[in-house]
Amino acid sequence: MSRSFVMIDGNEAAARVAYLASEVIAIYPITPASPMGELSDQWAAEGRPNAWGTVPGVVEMQSEGGAAGAVHGALMAGALTTTFTASQGLLLMIPNMYKIAGELTPLVIHVAARAIATQGLSIFGDHSDVMAARATGFGQLASGSPQEAMDLALVAHAATLESRIPFLHFFDGFRTSHEIARVYPLTVDDVRALLPEGPRLQHHQRALSPSHPTIRGTAQNPDVFFQAREACNPWYRACPEIVQQAMDRVAARTGRAYHLVDYVGAPDAERVVVLMGSGAEVAHEAVAALMATGEKVGVLKVRLFRPFPAEALLAALPPTVRGIAVLDRTKEPGSAGEPLYQDVVTALAETADRRAVRARVLGGRYGLASKEFTPAMVRAVLDELRHPAPRNHFTIGITDDVTQTSLPWDPDWSTEEPATVRAVFFGLGADGTVGGNKNSIKIIGEEAGLHAQGFFVYDSKKSGSITVSHLRFGPHPIRSSYLISRASFVACHQFHLLDRMEMLALAEPGATVLLNSPHGAMGTWDRLPRRVQEELIAKRLRLFVIDALAVSRAAGLGGRINTVMQTCFFALSGLMPLEQAILAIKHGIQAAYGKRGEIVVEKNFAAVDQSVAALAEVPVPGAATSAIRMRPPVPAGAPEFVQLVSSRLIAGEGDQLPVSALPVDGTWPSGSTQWEKRDLAMEVPVWDSELCIQCGKCVLVCPHAVIRAAVYAPDLLPGAPAGWKSAAARWRQFGDQRYTLQVSTDDCTGCRLCVEACPVKNKREVRRKAINMAPHEPIREAERANWAWFRTLPGAPRDALSLEHVKDVQLLEPLFEFSGACAGCGETPYLKLVSQLFGDRAMVANATGCSSIYGGNLPTTPWTTNALGRGPAWANSLFEDNAEFGLGMRLALDQQRQRAAMLLRQLAQFAGLDLVEGLLSPEGRGEPEIAARRAFVGELRRRIAVVDDPRARELDALADALVRHSVWIVGGDGWAYDIGFGGLDHVLASGRDVNLLVLDTEVYSNTGGQMSKSTPRAAVAKFAAGGKRSAKKDLGLFAMSYGHVYVAQVALGGDDSQAVKAFREAEAFDGPSLIIAYSHCIAHGYDLVHGLEQQKLAVQSAHWPLFRYNPGLLTEGRNPFQLDSKAPTVPLRSYAYNETRYTMLAHSHPEEAASLLAQAQQDLLERWHRYEYLAKAPPGFGAAATPEASHD
Amino acid sequence: MTDLSTRYLGLTLPNPVVASSSPLTEKIDDLRRLEDAGVSAVVLPSLFEEQISIESNDLDLYLSHGAESYAEATSYFPDMGSYNLGPTGYLTRLSEARKALRIPVIGSLNGVSTGGWTRYARKLEEAGADAIELNVYHVPTDPAQSGLDVERMYFDLVAEVVGTVKIPVSVKLTPFLSAPAHVARRLGELGARGLVLFNRFYQPDFDLEKLEVVPSLNLSTAWTLRLRLRWAAILWGNTSADLAISGGVHTSSDVLKSMMAGARVAMVASSVLRHGPEHVRTLLDGVREWMASHEYESIQQMQGSMSHQHCAEPAALERANYMRVLRSFALRGR
Repeated sequence: MSRSFVMIDGNEAAARVAYLASEVIAIYPITPASPMGELSDQWAAEGRPNAWGTVPGVVEMQSEGGAAGAVHGALMAGALTTTFTASQGLLLMIPNMYKIAGELTPLVIHVAARAIATQGLSIFGDHSDVMAARATGFGQLASGSPQEAMDLALVAHAATLESRIPFLHFFDGFRTSHEIARVYPLTVDDVRALLPEGPRLQHHQRALSPSHPTIRGTAQNPDVFFQAREACNPWYRACPEIVQQAMDRVAARTGRAYHLVDYVGAPDAERVVVLMGSGAEVAHEAVAALMATGEKVGVLKVRLFRPFPAEALLAALPPTVRGIAVLDRTKEPGSAGEPLYQDVVTALAETADRRAVRARVLGGRYGLASKEFTPAMVRAVLDELRHPAPRNHFTIGITDDVTQTSLPWDPDWSTEEPATVRAVFFGLGADGTVGGNKNSIKIIGEEAGLHAQGFFVYDSKKSGSITVSHLRFGPHPIRSSYLISRASFVACHQFHLLDRMEMLALAEPGATVLLNSPHGAMGTWDRLPRRVQEELIAKRLRLFVIDALAVSRAAGLGGRINTVMQTCFFALSGLMPLEQAILAIKHGIQAAYGKRGEIVVEKNFAAVDQSVAALAEVPVPGAATSAIRMRPPVPAGAPEFVQLVSSRLIAGEGDQLPVSALPVDGTWPSGSTQWEKRDLAMEVPVWDSELCIQCGKCVLVCPHAVIRAAVYAPDLLPGAPAGWKSAAARWRQFGDQRYTLQVSTDDCTGCRLCVEACPVKNKREVRRKAINMAPHEPIREAERANWAWFRTLPGAPRDALSLEHVKDVQLLEPLFEFSGACAGCGETPYLKLVSQLFGDRAMVANATGCSSIYGGNLPTTPWTTNALGRGPAWANSLFEDNAEFGLGMRLALDQQRQRAAMLLRQLAQFAGLDLVEGLLSPEGRGEPEIAARRAFVGELRRRIAVVDDPRARELDALADALVRHSVWIVGGDGWAYDIGFGGLDHVLASGRDVNLLVLDTEVYSNTGGQMSKSTPRAAVAKFAAGGKRSAKKDLGLFAMSYGHVYVAQVALGGDDSQAVKAFREAEAFDGPSLIIAYSHCIAHGYDLVHGLEQQKLAVQSAHWPLFRYNPGLLTEGRNPFQLDSKAPTVPLRSYAYNETRYTMLAHSHPEEAASLLAQAQQDLLERWHRYEYLAKAPPGFGAAATPEASHD
Repeated sequence: MTDLSTRYLGLTLPNPVVASSSPLTEKIDDLRRLEDAGVSAVVLPSLFEEQISIESNDLDLYLSHGAESYAEATSYFPDMGSYNLGPTGYLTRLSEARKALRIPVIGSLNGVSTGGWTRYARKLEEAGADAIELNVYHVPTDPAQSGLDVERMYFDLVAEVVGTVKIPVSVKLTPFLSAPAHVARRLGELGARGLVLFNRFYQPDFDLEKLEVVPSLNLSTAWTLRLRLRWAAILWGNTSADLAISGGVHTSSDVLKSMMAGARVAMVASSVLRHGPEHVRTLLDGVREWMASHEYESIQQMQGSMSHQHCAEPAALERANYMRVLRSFALRGR
């Protein structure tokens, strides 16, 4: 049967089938599986039917645990059901998975398989998650490519219905879930044919129903549980055959044959590898290449992992095989071997008498967290099987210099198909490179009829992020599920990346290089780094340049150069006749941008039309002439660890670090972002010392802590660099001092929030403020010198400052700096404030999300230390448990304090009564009191240092606990309102002294903007594609209901003084505190330079009322609730319709948008009246209850 | 019987009161009320090419902003099936108005590019507009642009649009032209069937506390009419285009004055915004009453009767008028 194909990724391939085959879909976002849920929600919002004509019910739950529960219930009530997840999400589903399997209930969970967080979190692909679920009783089916993800998805749905064994269908996270490839889609008819009426009806008939009532989920006693557990055996025995039959039915309809275990290789193979997932495709490619040289090798692709198909494995294994290497993409420390290895060993051992040749079996690990896995590595593994004393339990793909597990491999051995065009593109996230390449793949795949593959590598920064696109095109099917290392085409979309990345190392001799250069054909050569010139010459590369920015600007596209570069790629690659390519590009543009308006399409067309003429070849001379060197990843003065380890990660050489270089338990040093000078901003803020009123607002709002203020003695000035600026300090207590506002321009992202925050205007030219943007280039060197000198200035004495004032807060050193958050991020100023006010005594428990990524994603961390080496101690546990995690820290600190106090009393004779009294008396919460305590502790350590008593050593270790620590539990609204809400509730109820900070962006920002219960009504979000229909949860009111919780709602842009006050009150409050902080976000869809303005409008419209609820006021007979903002003065629309999340609904569904906005306006007014009522309530309102945790 | 009928843009209208482009000509219900109250035609609010471009560009920008930059969030918004962008919504409203009303519906267009003017003019015609009013809202801030450049821009654009559509085209003029009479004649020669006097520009104010420019457009006052009367009177007879007065027409006397100055229609906006659509009935009653009491037979009888060419004191409409005012002012001051 002839079928057309589409270019889609693995997630979409699986989701298409899952959607057609389901009636209920419960979802929750998690990388890299989120797109499957997003697509399902979108299709349902569009009214797209499933295979039986109804629109599936798609529901977002509060966690994967919740999704699993909803799935279980839907199954119990008879619906065909599915869900999508990965990693930690799958772990949360495990309890229900045991139940669902135990009840023999058909279900498919599609998993974009991903690493599980251990010594560190990883969003990348391996089989740790699915292997952790292998004991649940689920069937497990592995796909190795987007096409397989579609075909085996249907096999899974078919097999589960017939076998009653629930299935986990998995494919490799990112490598398959995000790889775009040619896929021949299954049709609705295919789905209907594979899911016949009989088994579907049986599923429905087994459902709970009052018409024929039964009970499920009984509690069973020792008398019967065991027998009942064994009762399922026949179903598991029958399952492999059922799966094979489903595979055969797919083959009959599509011509694509699959088997439980597929063998590829020599019929008389002596050595084989056994593995699952995308790695099997790599092995397939390697084996084919080795066979061509006469080697007797093969690969067994295990598709069905559970129930383990021992017979099929044996049948597929050539009888001649003497050596078997089983490769697992997971690690089970302490096991006898990884899961697939163990199962293969067991299968062979149990059938040893049936095989004439005894085979040696080795187990090895590969590809953890998307570590590259290449044909050369497969060859190395096969070679190891030839070794007389091969290494068992080896690793491949890394260098293990500690336990010597790793096999060496030859990185130069390549199996790349010569007829395949291999193109690598280096660009920025912001320039649209990836989007352009995704279009190119579709064009080439669908219009040129070539096989095509696209894979995209992103870095872990949210601002200035670098992307690398790997594209293959060719006449033959592409199995190369690994990155390109020999490119026939290399494009550099940003000139400034040339001296940071060794991109031409990927170019094969004679390759074509396309460079976006502002210097033209004549001026480019002299501006290339010497290393680049040398590579161009040595490899005889052809160099073409285009000033893509000029072309895209002329076309009205600004910095988005993707269309220009895409056109140039087509012009140079020769994949299609240029005229045909241009037509196809325009067709692609129309498809991609058509619905955004004619003007958008026309601009892109104009860019296409002007690109080819602007392309020019640069003659490559015979000798390198440049004196420009590659930029060192970190400056020379960086600490040793940063020099040896972090710098390699920054340079993109982390793959080359051996095991010994890395911390064994996930402990990394703080304060490393300061060494990663990213130099992102074209324009940076420049201080006008004469105009400045020293209010500190710019310092407060700077998301990246690049703007700093200092007061210092004037006699230091002679040491300042030339051009240093200062003004007389405008503080009474610093009357004779100088004031300087300094910008670390190399760390600035150019977001301009500081300029927006500046309240001062020049009287002669009102558009000029006390801080203004200016081009970076001319002042870069001078500002580097200024910044270096600024860092030498002494900090202001904390006890001389009035920290309730924003003006004074600016003089506190931030201990959170230069994060990789989005330019203009609305969250980070709050974290910086915490670090300024309490950082030297803070412990931070950070929920997984944006803040854990910009806070702790390698290579560097923004959490840093002061001159005394003190600073926030930060840790991330999980997404769902953060409140509990932070509470645990508090409990530990309190225990340590108790033990230290006991020891102090016992050692009073050595410590001295003055210290005992000083350290055991009630503790003040102000800066001077804390300083005094620290001095006591220092003195205590000095006095007991000479005491020959083990208790003195213990007291020395615990003494810091005698000074009050500030525990901060930080996360986003996804954590606080949804997945972590139960824990948050419990921790608030506990009454313990912790501070919970909710960085509320009203959406799951980190995973790409999915709806949370904080998302306001009428806003569009993923999973709420038709606009959110329910009102935002009032988390503050909920917390206030306890009576003993300090609660504040703040917005820096609405009232910065109120925010500072709230943070200080919350921290000082001896009990649980909750701060809900409005955080503008890129997911709101507007230029974040207006973030503060939007915050103000949010407050003025009463979308975000400011308040503080301080139970401490009750003891003074006062009303604890204070409303800090005024009654609404602007309608909600004046705030909302500045943001795409609202306007896109107004554009797409105007009447629905108007109705939802009217309801949302009503929500605000009702909430406002509620708050007004509370603010006027008599003092006895909400008397504090005795907090006590319940164990029910 | 007093004959209130007039001809404007080749259309025969039962009376000279036309609803000018305003928020009241946006919704069908309001348009019906205006028709019921007696307006003889309506001009819809302008279709702004620039607004369409801005909305499209913004949507494109913010849907793409931050996308494909970070592995966990390759986008931030769901993909909607379609967006009601561009002129679709406007054109739908125009078609609906055309179907709902018996009186002529004049589409108003504010373009920024040559391609935009013609493209959207064609779309207005296709949607059923009886005529098109080109709302040339151009503020010549560029010191390199001369008066001639500005005039040429007007001429080119009118020629383009007139050459594109078959329905009549009028031009809403700015009062800030160096040679209005020349421009009016030339526009007539190029095919403009009507000239609307005049566009009222936004009148930005300053906020002294915030040191910010505050954009605002207040309703017209009685004084607004004076400038229009004067220029209608001067232009009458000097251009083949029909004249319309828009701005400051609040009373029946204002309608009558407009006619006498030479306008074919008097357009109302502020007064109906202030008093409601029913105010039109009051205006028409007043016109009829005045004409009856002064024994006028028809509106057409009075059109242009006080124009520069026909009034008793032509100089009063020219510079002499200015000098006389100054003199009388000086006398009053003593």
